[in-house]
Amino acid sequence: MRYLAPASVDEAVSALAAEPGKTGILAGGTDLLVQMKTGLIEPDLIVDIKKINDLNAIRRENGGFRIGAGVSGAQMGEHAELARAWPGVVESVNLIGSTQIQGRATAAGNLCNASPAADSVPALIAASAVASVAGPGGTREIAVEDFIAAPGQSVLEKGEIVVSLFLPSRPEHASDAYERFIPRTEMDIAVVGVGISVDTSAEGEVKNARVGIGAVAPTPLLVNEAADAIVGTKLDEEALERCASAAMAACSPINDKRGTIDFRIKVAGALAKRVAKRAYCRARG
Amino acid sequence: MNKIDDISGTEYKYVGTRPVRPDGVDKVTGKAQFGADLYAPGMLFAKILRSPHAHARILSVNTDKAEALDGVKAVLTYADLELGDGGHDLEDDMNHVLENVMARGKALYDGHAVAAVAANSASIAKRALKLIDVEYEVLPHVTDIEKAIAPDAPIIHEDMYTQDMDPKPEKPSNVARRMEIGHGDIEAGFEKADFIFERRFRTEAAHQGYIEPHACLANYRSDGHAEIWCCTQGHFMVRSACAALLGMDLSKLRVTASEIGGGFGGKTTVFIEPVALALSRKCGRPVKLVMDRDEVFRASGPTPSSVIDVKIGANKEGVITAGFAELWFQGGAFPGSVIDLGAMCSFACYNLENVKAIGWDVVVNRPKSAAYRAPGAPMAAFAVESALDDLADRIGIDPIDFRLKNAAEEGTIASFGPKFRRIGLKETLEAAKASDHYNSQLGPNQGRGVASGFWFNFGGTTSASIKIELDGTAVVTVGTPDIGGSRASMCQMAAETLGIPYEDVRCIVADTSSLPYSATTEGSRTTHSSGMATVYAAQNAIGVMCSRAAMIWGIPEDAVDWKDGHARPSGANAGDFEPMSLAEIAKKAHETGGPIAGHCEFEAGKVGQSFGTHIADAEIDPETGFTKIVRYTVIQDAGRAIHPSYVEGQYQGGAVQGIGWALNEEYIYGEDGRLQNAGFLDYRMPVCSDVPMIETEIVEVPNTGHPFGVRGVGETPIAPPLGAIGNALSHAIGRRMDTIPMSPPRVLEAVNGG
Repeated sequence: MRYLAPASVDEAVSALAAEPGKTGILAGGTDLLVQMKTGLIEPDLIVDIKKINDLNAIRRENGGFRIGAGVSGAQMGEHAELARAWPGVVESVNLIGSTQIQGRATAAGNLCNASPAADSVPALIAASAVASVAGPGGTREIAVEDFIAAPGQSVLEKGEIVVSLFLPSRPEHASDAYERFIPRTEMDIAVVGVGISVDTSAEGEVKNARVGIGAVAPTPLLVNEAADAIVGTKLDEEALERCASAAMAACSPINDKRGTIDFRIKVAGALAKRVAKRAYCRARG
Repeated sequence: MNKIDDISGTEYKYVGTRPVRPDGVDKVTGKAQFGADLYAPGMLFAKILRSPHAHARILSVNTDKAEALDGVKAVLTYADLELGDGGHDLEDDMNHVLENVMARGKALYDGHAVAAVAANSASIAKRALKLIDVEYEVLPHVTDIEKAIAPDAPIIHEDMYTQDMDPKPEKPSNVARRMEIGHGDIEAGFEKADFIFERRFRTEAAHQGYIEPHACLANYRSDGHAEIWCCTQGHFMVRSACAALLGMDLSKLRVTASEIGGGFGGKTTVFIEPVALALSRKCGRPVKLVMDRDEVFRASGPTPSSVIDVKIGANKEGVITAGFAELWFQGGAFPGSVIDLGAMCSFACYNLENVKAIGWDVVVNRPKSAAYRAPGAPMAAFAVESALDDLADRIGIDPIDFRLKNAAEEGTIASFGPKFRRIGLKETLEAAKASDHYNSQLGPNQGRGVASGFWFNFGGTTSASIKIELDGTAVVTVGTPDIGGSRASMCQMAAETLGIPYEDVRCIVADTSSLPYSATTEGSRTTHSSGMATVYAAQNAIGVMCSRAAMIWGIPEDAVDWKDGHARPSGANAGDFEPMSLAEIAKKAHETGGPIAGHCEFEAGKVGQSFGTHIADAEIDPETGFTKIVRYTVIQDAGRAIHPSYVEGQYQGGAVQGIGWALNEEYIYGEDGRLQNAGFLDYRMPVCSDVPMIETEIVEVPNTGHPFGVRGVGETPIAPPLGAIGNALSHAIGRRMDTIPMSPPRVLEAVNGG
């Protein structure tokens, strides 16, 4: 096994593209190192991207935020402007693991791990986040909802790495929220996760909405029907019920050690209502 | 500092106070040495190959390629271990222990050890495991009790016939044994009942969840002597087991107990020590073996899972007329599931005229169960305390009053035979009734539950020695590993007896060659048994000091008394000489006959049973089934709390482990018979934010059999929580909960009427 810590994205991409064996990308390492330790993967080459300066910062861009792939959850939590604009995304990232894990784990890594239960992904989907990818054939942009192909599998091609995540600018009266269900109070993995972003008019009517749900299907989902249910409303009970029904209808979970099909679907409905209300309250200040 | 005993009026200077523990500084500064912390020159690292199948015949094990790998020094299979005829004292069937340590012929559960490797590094050892070819013939498996006792179940041991059956069964089965206890006529008792509760309860297996995985360092020397360093609750037990499994003389094996990161009963047997020792014997090098967490879950000793049918009858006046329970416990792939303890604990809290419990010891394709804090009691108490709660509701009596009306007390004949001496169950119930908690209001979606629980407390073979140093300080040596602060308690009891300051007494846990046999730290026996041995050893040393003083004064030995750390002339000589302090006598030891010491070797008896009552408030989220324990109180009779902080710690720890077991912890096996949650992510123990501050109240009804009145306190606190929380949830939901864990899917199903 070789370890490489390149200083540039180009160098990282060429090394990954040239490696004939298995590769692993090390950002926070909170997934990679655990998977190596438990024997799940045995990479021949590890490329550490934390030495690439560009990837360790959060920058403003066109009113939005470009979050480098090496930025930790703790850095995101401490970024006041980001937390004000995208509180749902920040709270989703800050639910991953413990305080110690927060110091290392990255949102980009959480996305690349491609777990159906990844906490940040439903919130990123709701936020219309886009991943910037560099590879041997140049760069491309991938919407987060299109990034995960199957459990544990992303759409990245050989030699490609995520360089940053981009969150768009926020108009007035807009906000987001994320909530997950876990049997404990922390240090756990989502049994259901729901992220919702809303953009409201001065009068309080929902103009645009996006709903992302996780852990209820092979990949996290963008549920347009659940968003449509609240657009044009002031989030009355009826709209919330329709949002919950649409979220539940989108679920196709499995029975496993973390919950039953029936349980997951019911909880997805309950969370959709709660998260919509929280996002809306935040948007209305 | 002085504390007046509320009950007997005895004034104690050190007993009942809260001094700093002697091992505390090392632990908070990271200097304490645990099982994996010792290194030896030339040490090798070992790894174990484990079966991926729940049940499979092992057709062949080929280790050639592994042995040929550079850096591999020894490869071990069952052929290297053979039961010797060495004398040992252990209750376990050593054939089962041997087969559990290394599979022979068949792999009996997912994770069963099949081979082991010692190599220059852990990564070489890991690579070598992959080079071992094991040919398996996969057999049908069963991991569930009800399926294991069904007529068409796959039979795990072809030669196992249910014992103690009349007539003797003709076919082998997965039921190892039947047992029964009780007295009176339950049928007659049920006829007198106005209300009868009858239901089946189920509990899933839990793991002790100790933070330190099993770890050891074994060094077998070329002259046939050997040493083991390991984290264990009983190093004498480790010596007995290893000597038996390797055919060694007891005197040739010296075992030292490291500091221990929790045991809770799970470290009262051997898993890896014989393997490390056999590897060391094979290659002549010291061998370190440390389990990974997933190995701990798959292949150490969790609790049994259980199925319990309970039937209890009571009359309108609130008197229980009959109690019956039939219990099935699976103890993993070998007999010995603590079914007896479970059956005996079922009705131990109550004074019943008609009572019967039948127990069935079941084997399944799971790891061999080990003790876990009051083994057997929590499951039995869950069923019985749930039944009592339901009956109290139907009779229309307060659940504490119902228990008080039927509570066992001095003179009660227990369902399992003996007559109780003075016990403190009623005192805990009365304290519960008077508590602020019990009289507080509940909020929306909340329910309150009460349950009582019992543990026998153990005595057993114990030794201790104490030496008085020339400077007037003392060292106590015991043979029971310190898990819950027992060294501090020993120092307090020795200081109290000798009459010298706590800070002047040090206590160490000696290795197996330095002290006579001591049974394992288990069954809540250590503060009682090693405490008694310490007091008797100190009294023994006091006798020596009195005789030295008599010699110095030139008066008869029996004319010297010991009080407040001083020898005093008594009787006709009273007042003739100034009292002589322990330090003064110690200073002259070498002129008056040599070193001063005392010792005690005995079978500790006179145990004081321990009873407790818990109150739990649970709040449910009716949309998600999430349960939050909002308030929890433990009230328990300690007899005498030597160090009240550690007693409270035991109460809180037991309650928290009970909360985890009640709500989320469980062994989850897949259709393939493999464990699905061999890690702390999906084996959900509570984290700090999951539990409220556990309130405690120490009741002290002294055990008259102990010099300071001690009853063991470690196990009883985990007996009531499953019942208390089950009752709280049943009230919050409005339906009786009968399956542990009461995880969110189960709670939501109950809320929705499922």
